[in-house]
Amino acid sequence: MKRAAFTNRWLPILLLVPQISIIGIFFYWPAIHALRSSFYLQDPFGFSETFVGFSNYASLFNSPAYGRAAIFTVCFTLLVTILSLGIALLLAVKADKVVRGAKTYRTLLMWVYAVAPPVAGVMGLILFNQSWGPIADLFKSLGWDFALGVHYYDTAFAMVLISVWKQIPVNFIFFLSGLQSIPKSVREAAMIDNRSTAGRFWDVTFPLLAPTGFFLLITNITYSLFDTFGIIDTVVKGEPGNNPMTLVYKVYVDGFRGNDLGGSSAQSVVLMVLVLAMTVFQFRLVERRIHYT
Amino acid sequence: MAQVTLSEITKVYPNGFTAVHPASFDIPDGEFVVLVGPSGCGKSTMLRMIAGLEDISQGDLNIGTRQVNNVDPADRDIAMVFQNYALYPHMSVRKNIGYGLKNRKIDKDEIDRKVREASTMLNLDDYLDRKPSQLSGGQRQRVAMGRAIVRDPALFLFDEPLSNLDAKLRTQMRIEIKALQRRLGVTAVYVTHDQVEAMTMADRIIVMNEGRIEQIGTPVDVYNTPETTFVASFMGAPPMNLMAGNIAGGKLRVGEEPIAYDNLPHSGDVTIGIRPEDIVPDERGDITIDVTLVEELGAHRLLHGTIAGQDISIHVDKDNMINTGALRVSLKPNAVSLFDAITGKRLT
Repeated sequence: MKRAAFTNRWLPILLLVPQISIIGIFFYWPAIHALRSSFYLQDPFGFSETFVGFSNYASLFNSPAYGRAAIFTVCFTLLVTILSLGIALLLAVKADKVVRGAKTYRTLLMWVYAVAPPVAGVMGLILFNQSWGPIADLFKSLGWDFALGVHYYDTAFAMVLISVWKQIPVNFIFFLSGLQSIPKSVREAAMIDNRSTAGRFWDVTFPLLAPTGFFLLITNITYSLFDTFGIIDTVVKGEPGNNPMTLVYKVYVDGFRGNDLGGSSAQSVVLMVLVLAMTVFQFRLVERRIHYT
Repeated sequence: MAQVTLSEITKVYPNGFTAVHPASFDIPDGEFVVLVGPSGCGKSTMLRMIAGLEDISQGDLNIGTRQVNNVDPADRDIAMVFQNYALYPHMSVRKNIGYGLKNRKIDKDEIDRKVREASTMLNLDDYLDRKPSQLSGGQRQRVAMGRAIVRDPALFLFDEPLSNLDAKLRTQMRIEIKALQRRLGVTAVYVTHDQVEAMTMADRIIVMNEGRIEQIGTPVDVYNTPETTFVASFMGAPPMNLMAGNIAGGKLRVGEEPIAYDNLPHSGDVTIGIRPEDIVPDERGDITIDVTLVEELGAHRLLHGTIAGQDISIHVDKDNMINTGALRVSLKPNAVSLFDAITGKRLT
């Protein structure tokens, strides 16, 4: 590859400044601040702070509420990721076979992408509303006394469903373009080599979708962990008490509702470590096994 | 190994376009048939219908004694080599070659043995564990061939398999494919737009144009006695000279220039076809050509000129030093093909 050389030594620095300042101001600075706060105990009004060492972390790991939130986060992430990837892949495989009206069909499937997470949350609230939500009504007619915000599992169910619904279009677009980038002749060669449609899918189509799938796996985990904040916030708003919440939402609840800035910072630091581990895993373990054409 | 029979095979697309007009021909067991024609002539569609990748709109297709119109491609006992190789990029060469066998519930040791046999035949032994992306174009082509021969099918189908290779490799692979097909004795249908490939490889050539079969015959037949003006102009490089002529009183003329043919049974306007190499410079010849350009080809020399205002080219040996200007020539015996001026069909 040819290396581009700058004649002026200030130009490259100038070009890097916007990116570096954004990362610095919006990521490194708050991250360092959080790391520092996690070792202090603040008074609720922010007038004084006391160094407490690892006591914020200790109380975090001894807290049953934090353990529950952690377990819920794992389940929630797995469910949202698996369901939204699985359903999107199924839709993409089917949409890929549609020839007539394909564009309209695809556009319709992508629409949901434009809905902002809090709006999706509000729509979920309406649909699942205990007294007049059509989906809640449907469940009631089937004998399921659905109560959003009252029953722990009902709330969790609604959260997962709304989050999955919101994420499917993105996955769908990527899977569909991934499918369409597989050469037609490779699929035809497979038709001659293997009579089973399912066999061809798992032997040829799926491995060739792996780079797309892997990319989506990472973005979906990130989405379920972090970007579902808006949905969760709308669904549990007002009564976070007995409701399920993810670790990210708990950072917000403890920090800004509970005014426990130190504990909340400690939680953020734990999340940062988690993301770091995930990134290492992504580059070290999985990427090596994926075939990129 | 099997005979292939096509009767009245037709392809009409849902939008009403007829890609292949009813076509019938037989391919005897072990024959190498080349479908040749310009792009869009329907030759690939024909091949894909035989493969089962395209539905047959009408007609019957038999491979061996079995009617296969509605048989799955995997069950037709065919193997196909694609233009861009169509190898599975995530599988090693070994798995690429063995994939078709694996799905046919063949014993693992047997697959190993067959893959090895094929790879030895194709000089691929050292590459069995590589991925297609680590191979050159010619090697990929061989893997595609390996995938076909390992299956030991009744019929080979080739869809322009050499058009992605450079000229030198193409000439070499041409010979290899032909030799391999001879050795295995498997019936083969080969699609190409390259008339040289068609001439050199085929036992029989099927020339297609605009969805219709123009001529079926051995390379020599097709070259020497083209059935239509299309075949005359498509086969051969340089192509056959085609000139507007006229027959009156049994004498054939181009413009006022007589082409020395007596007692022809036809009369009226005709199209005259003469191969460039059938025209010989001859001081005592009756025909005069005005040579305007000499093209050097090394082993040969191509003369471009006019006769009675119509373009004509002459193919001469390198020993024939000829300059531009008037040139007297004569024709080899039986050099002239006559075609109907309107339909383009061969006369006599």
